[in-house]
Amino acid sequence: MKIPFLQRGPHKPAKMVNASLLRSSFERRAVLIGAVQGGVGVLLALRLGYLSVAENEKYRLESESNRVNLTLIPPRRGWILDRDGAPLASNRADFRVDLIPERLVDAEATIDRLGELLALEPARIADIKDKVAVARGFQPVEVASGLAYEDFAALSVRLPELPGVVPQRGFSRFYPTGCSVGHLIGYVGPASSEEYEKDPNPLLITPGYKIGKDGLEKQFEMDLRGVPGARRVEVTAGGRIVRDLETREDVQGQPIKLTIDGPLQDYAARRIGLESGSVVVMDCRTGDLLCMASMPSFDPNSFSDGIGGVEYAMLRDDERVPLRNKVLKGLYPPGSTVKPMVSMALMQAGVDPDETVNCGGGLRVGNRVFGCWNRGGHGAVNMAKAIYQSCDVYFYSMAQRIGMQPIADMARRCGMGQEFPLPVTSQFFGTVPDPAWKMKKWGREWQTFDTVNATIGQGYMLSSPLQLAVMASRIATGNHVMPRLTLDTKPKGFNDIDFPLEQVQYVRKAMSDVVNGPGTAGRARLPIPDVLIAGKTGTAQVVSLSISNGKSGPWKYRDHGLFIFFAPYDNPRYAGAVVIEHGGGSGAAYPIARDVMTFLFDPAKGLEALSALEAGWGGTAQQRLEARYAAYAAERGASVSRPPRREEEIFDRVEAEARRAATQSDAIAGEVIAPRPEANPSGTPPGAPAAPASAPAASTAPSPAPPAPPAETAR
Amino acid sequence: MNSFAQRSGIIPEPIARQPWEMLIPLVLLTSFGGLVLYSAGGGAMEPFALSHFIRFGVFAVMTAIIAALPRDAVRLLTYPAYLTVLLLLLAVEIVGQVGGGSQRWLEFGPIRIQPSELMKPAVVLAMARFYETLPAGMIGSWRSVLPAGMLIALPIGLVLLQPDLGTSVAIAFGGVVVMFLAGLPMWWFLSAMGAGIAALPLIYFFALHDYQRARVTTFLDPESDPLGAGYHIAQSKIAIGSGGIFGKGFNNGTQSHLDYLPEPHTDFVFATMAEEWGLMGGLFVLAMYALILKWGWKVAAEAQNRFSALLAAGATATIFFYIAINLLMVMGMAPAKGIPLPWMSHGGSSMMTNMICIGLLMMVNRWNRMAPRRGLTT
Repeated sequence: MKIPFLQRGPHKPAKMVNASLLRSSFERRAVLIGAVQGGVGVLLALRLGYLSVAENEKYRLESESNRVNLTLIPPRRGWILDRDGAPLASNRADFRVDLIPERLVDAEATIDRLGELLALEPARIADIKDKVAVARGFQPVEVASGLAYEDFAALSVRLPELPGVVPQRGFSRFYPTGCSVGHLIGYVGPASSEEYEKDPNPLLITPGYKIGKDGLEKQFEMDLRGVPGARRVEVTAGGRIVRDLETREDVQGQPIKLTIDGPLQDYAARRIGLESGSVVVMDCRTGDLLCMASMPSFDPNSFSDGIGGVEYAMLRDDERVPLRNKVLKGLYPPGSTVKPMVSMALMQAGVDPDETVNCGGGLRVGNRVFGCWNRGGHGAVNMAKAIYQSCDVYFYSMAQRIGMQPIADMARRCGMGQEFPLPVTSQFFGTVPDPAWKMKKWGREWQTFDTVNATIGQGYMLSSPLQLAVMASRIATGNHVMPRLTLDTKPKGFNDIDFPLEQVQYVRKAMSDVVNGPGTAGRARLPIPDVLIAGKTGTAQVVSLSISNGKSGPWKYRDHGLFIFFAPYDNPRYAGAVVIEHGGGSGAAYPIARDVMTFLFDPAKGLEALSALEAGWGGTAQQRLEARYAAYAAERGASVSRPPRREEEIFDRVEAEARRAATQSDAIAGEVIAPRPEANPSGTPPGAPAAPASAPAASTAPSPAPPAPPAETAR
Repeated sequence: MNSFAQRSGIIPEPIARQPWEMLIPLVLLTSFGGLVLYSAGGGAMEPFALSHFIRFGVFAVMTAIIAALPRDAVRLLTYPAYLTVLLLLLAVEIVGQVGGGSQRWLEFGPIRIQPSELMKPAVVLAMARFYETLPAGMIGSWRSVLPAGMLIALPIGLVLLQPDLGTSVAIAFGGVVVMFLAGLPMWWFLSAMGAGIAALPLIYFFALHDYQRARVTTFLDPESDPLGAGYHIAQSKIAIGSGGIFGKGFNNGTQSHLDYLPEPHTDFVFATMAEEWGLMGGLFVLAMYALILKWGWKVAAEAQNRFSALLAAGATATIFFYIAINLLMVMGMAPAKGIPLPWMSHGGSSMMTNMICIGLLMMVNRWNRMAPRRGLTT
């Protein structure tokens, strides 16, 4: 072939090209193009075969996964039942609405429109906007649950104009007794992204699905969760459901059976009234925890709906820390409630209970004088009198004789400073000080006055209401009773004898005399014939005497009131502890113990006493909480700050505050404690029970020492 | 020979002389296309299948008219027709400028015409006419390529302005095939091809629009964007692959019926078909196309003169281009591009173009039959 561009000029071989040459060139090239086209055709046929035969399996799967949409049906959560099978946490069928932030087109407008349709409060709308703003794409945000059918229907017809809004029928958690079980049961909420990362179960991000966030709900999450059902539907690319293919029902989670006595829990929580405190009641024969009330509390129903900014602010700003479970995380100097325990230690160390000590109103230890609460002195005091009159000098003197170590060992044996094998998210174990502990913690030698302070439950000594209740039941029975919270755990500690029977009987009698004899808590007598309650009062000083006398002044400087008890005294069936924070003395605690025990033996009589009190307080605990919320929201609804993004933050913070509060008593540990008046011989209380009708839940004090007791105290 | 053979048959001559070897596959294909459109329309004649058949009927009449045109009239009308379509393209551009935004069609009352579609056969006609009149001696000189190049470049420029890359490539393809068959020196094409390959990166980075670039990237790496630009082709492959050998059955395609397959009635009609009819349906369609194209080449080979030969070959190449690009695309071997599948896709413009091409082929076929054996006349 010629190479034309090598030839210059016009003298090209034009004569070579003619019609027949072009014709044959056409034919050759036509064949070439035809061949190329045939090649493309073969290529297409091969490709078609490859796709539809070799890769058929793969593409059939992909086509199926396009077509079929698998929706999880969140399982109904297992119930939490009390010892008689009554639900403390159940489920309620309801209509609910969620938002999927990722699918929102115009978040602001959609939320405003929803607020209009569902008549939401402005504060709630602001909450939802906050949550949508910080939510990750996958995380549904709850708008409202428990909707009326009319609202639900009205919303459903407007769905096409509201992308990202998901209405559905479902179940929401319901706590019939509301705030009475708040701390014990905890609450549920949508899984956070951290929780999802830890447990990447698609169920967790199903709209409307909630997991346990606190308390037993969190602890038993895996049992309560159940098995999700599934619904397979055929959907279009646009997500429209064409038809249902098949549905597998969900399996409800396991119920959890608690040892808690639901009505008693509710009664105790309500009986605490305007005070801040806790009531623990145990069954001495099994170790069952019948009641673990901690008030004030939050309403787990509203927490489970997603707590709002206003409500959270109210709970956070309350100095009575309604977010803290005081049964497990409240630590208090036990005060004189340790005296029966110290008595046990003395007897174990060989002290004869009948040996007397002369109390002249104080005892010199080294160069300091430690006073008895009774400045006038008790005269000759044996062990029984030292318990029922709460004589401090007797214990100062005897404790010095045996030293700190046996007392500390006995305290631990009785449950102080111990953690119990309970299904709770966390429990504080407090402090039982001894020489080794002090050296390790503070780097200082143990001093005699440390022993003196410890024998009256002050100084470094700290314990939780649960520990006090366990101590009461161990002293009452002489057995190493272990508390239990669920009915499926075995009672423990009953073949473990801690104390010989005669010592137990001696202390039982002395503690009965506290109430029924010439003791310090005459008003605690049960209004029930034949049932005698035994107990021991305690008043714990919180701050130095130079700051407050413990009875009046700012709420947070007032003394804690404590009472441990068991009944009937000679054959103990129930034991427990009541701790009232800053109640101004034990007088705030034992009337509560009395009423709670009354309710246990005679519910009608107990409720009678409670309704009289609640009439004065302004309703049940739940009603008061709601009223307070309404007032708080009205006052500063608009200007409250956002609640923490994660529930964990709430509880980390509460925990931190609780620990800080527990260290408060370190400040006065090195001081001489002037024991506070305990006496209430024959029913004359030193301080009014700090909760008559006239005292609202303000932090300013009710009158410090009204000598004239209210009518209920007359006995 | 023809007249003798036909006279001796039982079948009346006007029917027997029709090119049944092409018409039967064509009717089968169109009917099959209607069936697929029936399914794509949700198991109903409306909205796709009925209008598909109606259009085919209307354009069949047009095809018959074209087929009946005498050669001299066609020779006379070629350039005016080309010019008219060029002016229409210009009008599209002007209307688009005035109306704001780009558009590809002109509206005359109820009829919407896409002049770029008409341009495909018009270019082939004009090119064939041009090379017919060009003296054989000038093949290989600049005069053989420059005017022809202008004939192609002008419409392509206007179509590119719309912008419509797919149609411009189709126009260029028809034109270049005619040039190639006209006998222009082979090395011109080879060096043009080489230059084209060298220029590809430049075109990619400077000449293409963003959406076109996205199509190319997606084609080269479909996994890069499975929910975006790659979605169409991925869903199309799923539809074809999930059909298997015998398909999911008529009206049982899930990809098309549940909207996963985009454009199940136009660009991706082959995927819709393959999902329900499987490999067998696909091979049937390919066979029908093969028969039609084979007939086209036969007509070109039997053509009595240069004009008819080039015209028939160019028309066949234009039809082929539609088929090849569409099928390559739906099977994931070419970038997604808005080119419908002849006689199967729902849509008037492509039906019209392809029926014009068939008409031209039938016209050439008739000339072949009427003219004396070739050799003397040119």
